[in-house]
Amino acid sequence: MIEFNPLDLLNTLPILVLVSWACALLMVNVFVPRQGKGLMVLLTALGLAVTLILSIFQAGTQTEAFKGMLAIDDFTVYMNVFILASSLVALAISHDYMQRMGLARGEYYVLMLFSVAGMMLMASAADLIVVFLALELLSIPLYVLSAFARPQVESEEAGLKYFLLGAFASGFLVYGIALVYGATGQTNLIQIFAAAEAGVETPAFLLVGAGLILVGLGFKVAAAPFHMWTPDVYQGAPTTVTAFMAVGAKAGGFAALLRVFIAAFPAISVDLAPVLAAVAAATLVIGNVVAVAQSNIKRLFAYSSISHAGFILMAFVAFGQDGLFEDTIASVLFYLVTFAIASFGSWAIVIMLERKEGRGLDLQDYAGLGRKYPALALAMAVFMFSFTGVPPTLGFAAKLFVFRVVIEGGYYWLAIVGVVTSVVSAYYYLRLIIIMYMQDGDPQVRGETWLNLATAATAVATVLLFFFSTPLFEWAAEAGFLWF
Amino acid sequence: MVPVSYYVALSAILFTIGALGVLIRRNAIIIFMSIELMLNAGNLLFVTFARSFEQLSGQVFVFFVIAVAAAEVAVGLALIVAVFKSKQSIDIDEVSNLRG
Repeated sequence: MIEFNPLDLLNTLPILVLVSWACALLMVNVFVPRQGKGLMVLLTALGLAVTLILSIFQAGTQTEAFKGMLAIDDFTVYMNVFILASSLVALAISHDYMQRMGLARGEYYVLMLFSVAGMMLMASAADLIVVFLALELLSIPLYVLSAFARPQVESEEAGLKYFLLGAFASGFLVYGIALVYGATGQTNLIQIFAAAEAGVETPAFLLVGAGLILVGLGFKVAAAPFHMWTPDVYQGAPTTVTAFMAVGAKAGGFAALLRVFIAAFPAISVDLAPVLAAVAAATLVIGNVVAVAQSNIKRLFAYSSISHAGFILMAFVAFGQDGLFEDTIASVLFYLVTFAIASFGSWAIVIMLERKEGRGLDLQDYAGLGRKYPALALAMAVFMFSFTGVPPTLGFAAKLFVFRVVIEGGYYWLAIVGVVTSVVSAYYYLRLIIIMYMQDGDPQVRGETWLNLATAATAVATVLLFFFSTPLFEWAAEAGFLWF
Repeated sequence: MVPVSYYVALSAILFTIGALGVLIRRNAIIIFMSIELMLNAGNLLFVTFARSFEQLSGQVFVFFVIAVAAAEVAVGLALIVAVFKSKQSIDIDEVSNLRG
């Protein structure tokens, strides 16, 4: 007889509140008139804020819930706070855009909440079943959101492509989990760890299974060679959805990668490291080199987001070496936060310049921004410097921490690939700055309180937080797992 | 009793057929069917191992996979219908306005 522990409900309260709130809003939405969807934004923000507060109150909890299915630890709390704060920013930059594009429908916000619940579940997954379910809860709403600008063909196409490739990736994930289960007889991460340490009968199953799980999650974080969907989906989806998914899906994917690889697979890390190194190097090269040839800003940022996935993956390579996993977790978390801040800022500016029917998205549409809107161009320049990794921006510190882990792990060639591709990335990031400041043009900008606020706040944070990067890194280093 | 390795081989073959189907076929519905084949190859593997370990957890996983696959069908077919309405085609080579 399985006993029910009421404490489990308390420990998973943030997710429970968020999901119930989303279900309730689905009902409320029916009674809100089409012109008054501002109310839905307020209610969604309220739900996110309450969940955020509940998550903060969980700080310091170190426990398992539902018989080891979920882990509530410092890592969970850190990721939850990060994900919820990101979603609030994504919400802030959404409303005006959705109205302007004629997309103001309440389902948008509800789907966003469900996806956020999936991301939070991903961060606390302690069992491969939960990893799979959380991944689907994260992804399925995003498929719908990508196609939200229906009947616009581009958006429908983005939704279809994202769906087909996302489902393809789930196929790999399920098969990988099945093989790991076959090798160890367990789906619980920490029991897989124990079984693998003790030695398994068919190590090939475990290795191939881990590889297939990497493929499945690699799709979600847009790592090469599984990145093919990224540019098309980022370009076709409504820009606010792109901003949300660029940060959220990546955060969820990397949270699961950290949990699964560091908790379950240290025993086979020697065999996985070359694979991870190859994937990281391929992602860096493809992301940065192909980005050079892009003329559409959404596609440019898509390739840029691929390249940042490569930088984060660099930190993974040495995860199995003694005492390095803490640095891996900390540098991945730090990089994710850095990427999120600069990413939301730059997407907010893209949203301001975008007009109906996909106009205003060409790089040339940014010509003259420096003269006409100096503050906006300055903010964009700050984000581009942060993406490149130029001090004094947060991006420099993030890259520094990642490179430190790579070098401590002894992967000098990978560090060199990282540095060289950073130099390549400077070309296309600086090209945008040159277009903004050196070329003449008449950019049309739609300013709105929340968009301006989000841009200003992220720009200030990118520069200001650089001076506090060491304490912030130490803070991220405390976000360890329950088990170690 | 049929040995476990036979089931593993069968599921590997099904998985490969599914993966190749996704890569080779161009009709969205057939791609989707191939993905279902991949998921079911995973299910077969789960049931096989659950049987040989005499555990239930592997079979429970299969229920979750089936439920999630059903949710994916709902969303996926809706997307395919939407694309068909606006393009009169579900050939994914014809549905490609997004280019760099």
